Amino acid sequence: MSNVLFDVPGPKARFRYRLLAVAGVVIVAAILAYIIYRFIDSGQFSARRWDWLQYAQVQRDLLDALLATLQAFALGAVLALIFGAIFAAGRLSDHAWVRGVSTFVVEFFRAIPLLILMFLFYYGGPALGVSLPPFVAVVLGLTLYNGSVLAEVFRAGILALPRGQSEAAYALGMRKTQVMTLVLIPQAIRSMLPTIISQLVVLLKDTALGFLVTYPELLYYARYIGSQGAFGRPIVPSTIVVAAIYIALCLLLTALANYIERRQRRSKKRGEVARPPATEEVLGVA
Amino acid sequence: MDVLLDNLDLYGPFFWTTIKLFLISGAASLIFGTFLAGLRVSPVPVFRSVGTTYVTLLRNTPLTLVFVFLVFAYPLLAILQLSYFAAAVVALTLYTSAFICEVVRSGINTVPVGQAEAARALGLSFTQILGQIVLPQAIRSVVPPLMSMLIALLKNTTIAAGFSVAEAGAIRQYLSERGDNQLIGLLWVALGFIVLVAILSMIQRTLEKRWSVAR
Repeated sequence: MSNVLFDVPGPKARFRYRLLAVAGVVIVAAILAYIIYRFIDSGQFSARRWDWLQYAQVQRDLLDALLATLQAFALGAVLALIFGAIFAAGRLSDHAWVRGVSTFVVEFFRAIPLLILMFLFYYGGPALGVSLPPFVAVVLGLTLYNGSVLAEVFRAGILALPRGQSEAAYALGMRKTQVMTLVLIPQAIRSMLPTIISQLVVLLKDTALGFLVTYPELLYYARYIGSQGAFGRPIVPSTIVVAAIYIALCLLLTALANYIERRQRRSKKRGEVARPPATEEVLGVA
Repeated sequence: MDVLLDNLDLYGPFFWTTIKLFLISGAASLIFGTFLAGLRVSPVPVFRSVGTTYVTLLRNTPLTLVFVFLVFAYPLLAILQLSYFAAAVVALTLYTSAFICEVVRSGINTVPVGQAEAARALGLSFTQILGQIVLPQAIRSVVPPLMSMLIALLKNTTIAAGFSVAEAGAIRQYLSERGDNQLIGLLWVALGFIVLVAILSMIQRTLEKRWSVAR
């Protein structure tokens, strides 16, 4: 589409674009160079500040922290998918009271900031006489928030299917449950898979909120290492390392989503199951 | 009710800070995000790749990490000292504009090809086509996702509470110092956000109705 916005450049335009490109490169390079200069000048790139990465104990701890992040992600993702499936079914139920309750729950947890949810479980628990460990608070928060978003994704996927699908299934004499489980849900999951995975990317990023409820995950560890005087307080190097890990993990998941999307587009068996436009944009934010 | 009424001096100013955070970083990310979208559809390949790299990096970084970097690491570089509030605005803007950029870009894709073609036939330049023909229509068609981004931004402002900004997410900390019930205090905060989100959804519906493009 973007090539519709401008003509194929002629000699003059090509020259102009080249000038602009040079100017752009110079500006970006200047900004990056200044930042890197500041890094070097303030000693962030000195060997002493990166030394910590070489300690076997630090590497093991870093792995443990990564594992903690992945544990929260994995459990949160599985529970959120289950929660989402249950409440999507609830919102599509024939019984008004089931619909009402499910809609209320989904809308409620979608409107509350995830961090406040985690605070509720972590700091609010003791008021009721139960104190939850940070891990449980993080996973509960992730489950309820992302589960509600996923419920909306599932519902949108089912509603976007052509009506003929359910009508044909009913005409064959199937019960509502059969129509759902045998006809609608399999198709909906296929068409919504990219959106579901990008919501899981959001969930993975949100595990970093555990940092604020003292869950010892990656970011928490980066802050811890960054405050160690013995290593010269390498907070800049440690955040860079952790950022690289997060970005790599998220890109892996995104690559999976793209791969599935491409494979789906190629398969001819799949009918015209149009995803509602911009669902990803509507739902896919922390 | 007591927790709320006894601590109105907390809830009022703290929610006001939240709203200020939201308005400033919302406006900034709308501007910066649209600028990024412009980069991503520009005729100059270098601009496109700069935009793409920025969006890829920021979309895949947790917002909390952006905050940690700006609040704990950035001051060590001694470039320009930011107050905690300013750091929060910068973090939220950098993060949200990457998402706004993608929404605006998807909006540009919904504008019928004929519009840009007609503009080109009239001899408009790229900036004129984008600024006067395509973007106005694009923005109108992406009001709902744009609003969801802003709602997400509003909820994300709570993260600033972990980084010394006295806004709604930080109320809990002060309640615990005063020895009030944190659970009930937090439920009031949650209610505050539900109200704010409801207001934003209402604005969204009004804008959608008023701006919807008849095609």
